[in-house]
Amino acid sequence: MKKLPNINNLYPLFVLAGLLFVWHLITATGLVPGFMLPSPFDVLKAFGDSFSELMHHAKVSLTEAFTGLTLSIILALVIALIMDHFEGVYKAFHPILVISQTIPTVAIAPLLVLWLGYDMAPKITLVVLTCFFPITIALLGGFKNSDSDAINLMRAMGASKWQIYRYIKLPNALPGFFSGLKISVSYAIVGAVIAEWLGGNSGLGVYMTRVRKSYAFDKMFAVIYLIAILSLLLIKAVELIERKTMPWIYGLREGEKQE
Amino acid sequence: MKRIRLETKDICKYYAGELIIKNINITLRENELVSLLGVSGIGKSTLFNVIAGVTKPDKGQVLLDGHDITGQAGKISYMQQKDLLQAHLKVLDNVALPLFIRGMNKHKARLEALKYFEDFGIAGTQDKYPSQLSGGMRQRAALLRTYLFSKDIALFDEPFSALDAITKRAMHRWYLALMERINMAALFITHDIDEAILLSDRIYIMTGPPGKITAEITIDQPRPRAGEFLVSESFLNYKRKITELLAL
Repeated sequence: MKKLPNINNLYPLFVLAGLLFVWHLITATGLVPGFMLPSPFDVLKAFGDSFSELMHHAKVSLTEAFTGLTLSIILALVIALIMDHFEGVYKAFHPILVISQTIPTVAIAPLLVLWLGYDMAPKITLVVLTCFFPITIALLGGFKNSDSDAINLMRAMGASKWQIYRYIKLPNALPGFFSGLKISVSYAIVGAVIAEWLGGNSGLGVYMTRVRKSYAFDKMFAVIYLIAILSLLLIKAVELIERKTMPWIYGLREGEKQE
Repeated sequence: MKRIRLETKDICKYYAGELIIKNINITLRENELVSLLGVSGIGKSTLFNVIAGVTKPDKGQVLLDGHDITGQAGKISYMQQKDLLQAHLKVLDNVALPLFIRGMNKHKARLEALKYFEDFGIAGTQDKYPSQLSGGMRQRAALLRTYLFSKDIALFDEPFSALDAITKRAMHRWYLALMERINMAALFITHDIDEAILLSDRIYIMTGPPGKITAEITIDQPRPRAGEFLVSESFLNYKRKITELLAL
């Protein structure tokens, strides 16, 4: 059967257009006054007008998000390796790791600013705190559910611990790692923005607070647009890397698989 | 008489306080194929793990070429029902894995592995991923990996039992033909009587519990053994005898 060209990809676009239309109707009919809720077109106009400012602040937030993500991946890898390798460490720290995630980031953000100052350090820290967890859990799950028969065979062939990670456990954790990374990436920018709310000189969060205080809600919504777009692009980028990294899952054409 | 390669001496193994295998004494000579035949759950795999060095016996020794290798992994490779090919490695790298582990230069290891692809009937598959191969091909690749680890000796734990009956026959024929070309002492653990008779020089019968060797049968049939052997009078005689010994 011949498939219609990617009609499925259009459905979410229809819904999005519908929502924007409803939004526009609400503002156009005066149901909500314009100074409280700008129309989507006002937001688009504000987006264009303040584009250079937005980009300047976005650069700062993205730098924080990327640095935070990179550190998160490294941290997650180290924690997952240690917890996988030492059963005792796993038992002792797994509950604490989960508890650490129940602390609302908004609550500790002011403290971080207090401790680490107004520069990038508290923002990056907050990004790391929100991002390392999904990656750690995903990696750990991948390590733990590696095929024990395959590991035994590796041992019987005289493989070292490192070789078992290299050939069995790390590749086995890769699909989970990317799922976790996608969650973390969507948190990363938001995390940076939340930390910026509480103090700083530049960044989307700082800009957002500034326009909110001057009641320029159209500009505020423009920032929200931008954050959404940037997060989507990042998730897409992760998906692309995922496809490139795992050719044995994505590289095989349909019909080439035997099972 | 050919040289003894592998020998077990009075191997006993308890599990959760219960004796699983009792005083197992078997020998495997150079270039010989020996089967260990018994019903499921008799302790065949326990013995297998002891010989492979993955678990330690509670009593007894495993000798390889006269050296004590009890509880030492990395001396004899094995192959199981699951091919254990790694999905993320191409067939060539999967097969060359034991050479990588040994620390051989990757390029050299791949060249070395590639030499045998023709003989093992998997020529042309080197750049594919395991998921692109059929069950029979995957078992061949797994066998080559086993062969590359310890060229002249290997353990097999029901390697063909996951295959359908027709593929299994084809694999037997292929295996027998392959053994004409390469020298390999093999210990087959199986619950398939036909397979044991067709492939083996000798068969140990294991009964229990606890699992112990209760009989040894020599299959006096010239090689290569053709398909007719499977339906011959002598084959049926062996089968009758084994069925009696297993008390089936």
